[in-house]
Amino acid sequence: MSNIILKMDSISKSFDGKAILSDFDLEIRRNEFVTLLGPSGCGKSTILRIIGGFVRPDKGRVLFEGKDITALPPEKRNVNTVFQKYSLFPHMNVEENIAFGLKLKKKSPEYIRDKVQYALNLVNLEGYEKRDTLSLSGGQQQRVAIARAIVNEPELLLLDEPLGALDLKLRHGMQRELIKIKQEVGITFLYVTHDQEEALMMSDRIIVMNKGIIQQAGDSKSIYDEPQNAFVADFIGESNIIGALMVKDLLVRIQGVDIPCVDTGFGENVPVDVVIRPEDIEIVPENMGYINGRVMSVIFKGAYYEIKVQSEDFSWQVQSVNPAPVGEMVGMTVLPDNIQIMHKPASEDEEVVKDE
Amino acid sequence: MKRFKDIISGIYIGFIAVLLYAPILVLIVESFNSSRSRVTWGGFTLSWYVKLFNNNQILEAFITTVLLAFGSAAIAILIGVPGALGIHAMGRKRYKTMMALTNIPMLNADIVTGIALMLWFVHFIPLSFGSVLLAHISFNIPYVILSVMPRIQQMNVSIYEATRDLGAGPVYAFFHVLLPELLPGILSGFFMAFTLSMDDFVITYFTKGAGVNTLSTMIYGQIKKGIKPEMYALSTLIFVLVSLLLSIGTGISAKKEH
Repeated sequence: MSNIILKMDSISKSFDGKAILSDFDLEIRRNEFVTLLGPSGCGKSTILRIIGGFVRPDKGRVLFEGKDITALPPEKRNVNTVFQKYSLFPHMNVEENIAFGLKLKKKSPEYIRDKVQYALNLVNLEGYEKRDTLSLSGGQQQRVAIARAIVNEPELLLLDEPLGALDLKLRHGMQRELIKIKQEVGITFLYVTHDQEEALMMSDRIIVMNKGIIQQAGDSKSIYDEPQNAFVADFIGESNIIGALMVKDLLVRIQGVDIPCVDTGFGENVPVDVVIRPEDIEIVPENMGYINGRVMSVIFKGAYYEIKVQSEDFSWQVQSVNPAPVGEMVGMTVLPDNIQIMHKPASEDEEVVKDE
Repeated sequence: MKRFKDIISGIYIGFIAVLLYAPILVLIVESFNSSRSRVTWGGFTLSWYVKLFNNNQILEAFITTVLLAFGSAAIAILIGVPGALGIHAMGRKRYKTMMALTNIPMLNADIVTGIALMLWFVHFIPLSFGSVLLAHISFNIPYVILSVMPRIQQMNVSIYEATRDLGAGPVYAFFHVLLPELLPGILSGFFMAFTLSMDDFVITYFTKGAGVNTLSTMIYGQIKKGIKPEMYALSTLIFVLVSLLLSIGTGISAKKEH
């Protein structure tokens, strides 16, 4: 059996004449936790709905374990979805909700009872069998929804921003639980979110999307440390993105200052974009760093100070554990390793930072 | 101070209630008045009700009215509910257009609707019970759509999708998930359509053929010959029936909402 569980083959879809996806390709490997990450309207939910069978693509094929399932209705697919709104059946209790899919498949009552127990254990809701779904909190409702999907033993579980409606603390707890559940049941997860932190924490592989196009795919660390374009850099965490000139290999000119870096292969005197994370900039006394600037504001954020330093027409964001004197001139320095060089966007689709 | 405010608002509400319901109260009282005169009280009697139930013409009109109300409400539900689902699924622009078109028959004067339907019908079908039924269905459908639409909008569409996702076909999902969710809206739409059909006089008057009478057209016909006290009894019964249906209807939708 091939290791690729799902393949989307040049899928196109438009709504009301507006193209959401065009010639979109995607491969998901068995037992992977893949996250589609992007701003709202980037097409990530449409991809999920096409895989779930709720949206028919205008063009292209969806292959599931090598078989073409493009024309199959949702009920014929070995895929289950956890929806954004919990979408539990309001006229059924927790147990009936979870058993719904199994009853449709005409499983024996004993089998169903065992499965429901197992699923309730898995999502930490033992003893909630007879509870009315409307009496549950948001987090509990979403757990029931996850249990209801998992008891059907799908090969692939689709999760459409399942934690979007929960508050921050609950969300963090649920993220850890989802990873645990994933490890225990061994189902492939395809997760959709616009929350970069969530994506970085849970995923084996992140697919950053914008305007229906994959901007970058890779594991959390590579996405965060080596964004391939300005959109990814801006979307994943805070960053300073500034136009620069690649003088030659290992040397980049930022604001007229030549700074050593570790990137090669861009050619000589090529315009590039540079990303430097705010936590990678160190504030030093004036003229002791590469670039000088005036401290415009210092905001205490708990774990660090957020400092804005104005240098010529660019406002640098710096995160530092030490405050800086507001209004004073300071210098800034950065390690070569922490400068990320990117090609200038080749197409307009990649260039979204500017029109937002 | 608060007591004073309560008293004032009580008096105000009482005054409004008297204005609204005193005429109907007089009608109800008159239906039990044994004197034929409308201004003197001749003692309590049920004889007008007895006369009413012995009058074949009235009973026939009553049966016609109920059949008409039931039939037109039921058919309007069968057309209106799928219609509302379809309109809901449209894009925003077409949705707005369709809802505006739906509103027109409700705002339109009954006399216009009545005459227009009559002109239309005489070209195609004989004016009869059938033509009245068609007319009632057509003015009931917008009310059904309007009472179902809020339920559809409230409904979480992903509940239907979740049903399909868990292995149910579209038919199963419709009858086991969609319909129970919409039922309160459908029932209140049904009761509203039923009462509207029972209440209607103008449109019925123009679209009915000779020999077909509903209660309202029959009462109108009788009044021309002078009002008999049986009519008070009949009107009282209609009032009681309609208010009963309306309170059942609102009771259902209120209960489901909470």
